[in-house]
Order: sequence, then structure tokens, then C-alpha cells
Amino acid sequence: MSELIRLGLHDLHVELGGKMVPFAGYEMPVQYPMGVMKEHLHTRASAGLFDVSHMGQVILTPKADMAALVAGFESLMPVDVAGVAEGRQRYGLFTDEAGGILDDLMFANRGDHLFVVVNAACKAADIAHMQAHLADVAEVLPVTDRALLALQGPLAETALARLVPAVAAMKFMDVGVFDGAYGELWISRSGYTGEDGFEISVPEAQADAFARALLVMDEVAPIGLGARDSLRLEAGLCLYGHDIDTTTSPVEAGLTWAIQKARKAGGAREGGFPGAARILGELASGTARQRLGLRPEGRAPMREGTPVFDAAEGGRQIGVVTSGGFGPSVEAPVAMAYLPAGTTGTVWGEVRGKRHPATVSPMPFHPTSYKR
Amino acid sequence: MKYTEEHEWLRVEGDVVVVGITAHAAEQLGDVVFVELPEPETQVAQGDEVCVIESVKAASDILAPLNGEIVAVNEKLEKNPGLVNEDPMGTWFFKMKIDDLSVLDDFMDEDAYNELIG
Repeated sequence: MSELIRLGLHDLHVELGGKMVPFAGYEMPVQYPMGVMKEHLHTRASAGLFDVSHMGQVILTPKADMAALVAGFESLMPVDVAGVAEGRQRYGLFTDEAGGILDDLMFANRGDHLFVVVNAACKAADIAHMQAHLADVAEVLPVTDRALLALQGPLAETALARLVPAVAAMKFMDVGVFDGAYGELWISRSGYTGEDGFEISVPEAQADAFARALLVMDEVAPIGLGARDSLRLEAGLCLYGHDIDTTTSPVEAGLTWAIQKARKAGGAREGGFPGAARILGELASGTARQRLGLRPEGRAPMREGTPVFDAAEGGRQIGVVTSGGFGPSVEAPVAMAYLPAGTTGTVWGEVRGKRHPATVSPMPFHPTSYKR
Repeated sequence: MKYTEEHEWLRVEGDVVVVGITAHAAEQLGDVVFVELPEPETQVAQGDEVCVIESVKAASDILAPLNGEIVAVNEKLEKNPGLVNEDPMGTWFFKMKIDDLSVLDDFMDEDAYNELIG
């Protein structure tokens, strides 16, 4: 076991009473004294500040021209990269030759380069993947001197606009660079909680002062990874390594919204990404299983690994929960599971040897409130 | 009040022992969202898993601290499991009838427990 990496805001987390735990090789705050439940509810009602500096920030600069870089990056994903205008961001997925998912990510068109944010656990593999496939068209430059913060919730704009007034004009998935007292901030209006909010890349040297400037505001509280997980679960968003991985295709995972028309059959740039045969085939004729939402009856959570059956007794196992827990805003347990496509009505999750009913439910479990 | 190494508190009420979890345990668990209580009038042996506590983080068990019979359970916890976090030392889970209360002497007192959790 290698040493855990401590990030720039470690001392601030400890000072705030954060409980530090190992996460993807980093020492990260899972919760603060407020506790997961209140942190979750605070984010939905006001604004929560998350340190997500463990995630990978990567810049891709063109070796020759942007068009070649965009085409190269697009060849790694079933996603319309060329259609992302300057100053805009999009959700993407690296796929493998078998049509599985190597990672999910965000990428932004910043005019003369692309800015990519990837999952911490996949960071090294993603960078190697991009270096291997984009060597002719791009310099792959990991950003190692910046923290990444997320400010999420209905009052995120109010809070951040006090420091950076121009963010008030941003819409969901806009990106911008803002120079000021905290150095050059790279801001996107996005996040992974289902709430309106921002992700802010801030120079390491200014990160502590910037975070404190937000935390002194009445609206803002520090939020740990525990609440980040329950927030994204209620929003129906996938957690890589749990709800999606190399054994799940984007279509099985219900991520077809991330595959734009241009890359689908009959589109302007149809196919041409790893696993295209499988993914285009599944878009045309469906999949045997799909990621579905579950609302367990009662209050007992059905956590990751819970087997799901088609009957209260006997019957057969039809799937397994990939993420599950208690949804503080839903005030009830919620879960995601891979089940036979088209499953509706009641299924039964086996918790501690007993089967409990759960209803197949649309996601998100809690309505999203992005500023479109 | 006596304490177990499993972070339960035990309080004698007449000839029954009232069982709850300590403030330290409640803090470690985090926000409790669900409690599965035992059936009243069941015989249990020391170490049996008699309750399940689900917090926002994970599921944990409460073990029977003694041999005996469950004589009452705190049904308030089914509707309002958050009581465990609000007032852990005042929120009981179940009451047990045991034959010989003197076995309680073997458990830690408050000072010994505080030393355990350091």
C-alpha cells in the first residue's frame, strides 16, 4: 500500500474538523462536524463547498491545429466534441474496444486548447490513454499546481458572485477564465450534485485563501465526500467504478443522452470511436440489461452489492445494486441497479438474508435545478 | 451506568437491563436512518446480533450484552431513528431481563470506558 497523498487544503480540512479518510489514494474529508445528513441538506438549501482536488485536471494543447486535436479527442469517445463551442463544457466518456467505459469526464473548449477533468482513480490511466492515442495531435499536460473546488447549491451563485461578479451571467456548462485577487480562476457552471453550482480550478498558492473567503459567507459550509455521494445518487448520476466501468456500456448505463446525434448511425461523424460496433448496435436494438432506479420500501437502505430478485420468495436473481443509500432530501432510501431491460413495478432486494420490496423508479430521485 | 467494549451502555431498571449505544458510538456511526429492532419476548445469548443500525455510511449491529430475554423494544426508533444522534445516552434500544444482575459488575464503569475511547 503506497502512501496516501495529502492535497493543498489538507490543513484547512483538519482545522474545520473534517474527518480525513483514504479515497482513491488521497487523504480526503468524508465529513465535517455537521455530519453527512445536514451537509447534504445544506447543499440543497444553500451552498456547499467541496474540495475535489484529487480529480485529474488535464490540458490538451494542439501540436498543429485545434481541428486535429478535436478530431483526435473525439476518436476516443462516442461524444460530439467538434460541436462544443468555445467557452462551453460537455460530459464525455472514454470507451474501450469492447464498448465498456474506461472513465467518465468533463471537457471544455477553451478556444486554443481543451481542458479535461477526470476521476481521481482513473487519472493515471486516462493520461496514459490520451498520451498513447493523441501523441500526433496534442500535448497532454497534467495540471498539478491547482486545486479544484466545487460550490454547489441554490445560493452558490450569490456566494461566488461576491468574489467573481461575472459568474452570475454564466449558464449551465459555460466555462470561463477570471483573473483577480485569487489568481487566474478557471470556472465552469457545473457540478455533480444535481444542483446549480460551479467548479473552480484555483492556483494552489491561492486555494486556501479562496476557500476561506467562501467559507466565511453565511451561505457556505464545507461538505465532505459522504454528502457528495448521497447528492449525486439522488441526482441519478453514475459513480465510476460502481455504476459504470469496463463491464458496462454507455447504453446499458442509460448514458445515451451523452451520445449526440453526430456520432450515432446516420450522423455527420457516425461511429469512429472505440467500441462503436457494440454501442451503435445497442442504440439500434437495445440491451439485455440497463441501469435502473430503485426506491426500497421502508427506511432500510439497499447498498452496493445487494442482490435483486424477481420474487419475494424463490424466483431468480435478476441483478445487483451498484449504488445505494439513504437519500436525505428524498427522506427515503434510493438505489441504482442493473436489471433486465424493461423491468417495471416491484422487485426484491435481499438485505441481511431477508427480501424487501423496492419499486423501479425513474431517475433523478430528486429534481435537478441546473441554470440553463 | 455500565459500558461494554462494543460501545453499549447498560442501565439497571428494577430487574431489567436497559441497553443503548454511547455518544461515542453514535458519533462514529453518523446520522442513523434506520433501526431494526428485535422481537420482544425472545431469548438471546450474549454476542447475538439483536439490532441493526443503518447510518448514512454503513450498517452495524448491536450485540446482546448478556444472556437473557428481550422484554421491550423502543418502537420510537422505527419512526424516528435520528433520536440516536440527538440524545444517544437517553435513547434506549431494548430492555433485557436477566437472571443474575451481579454479572453487570464485570462491565466497565464510566471512567474505564472513557479510557477505552481515549
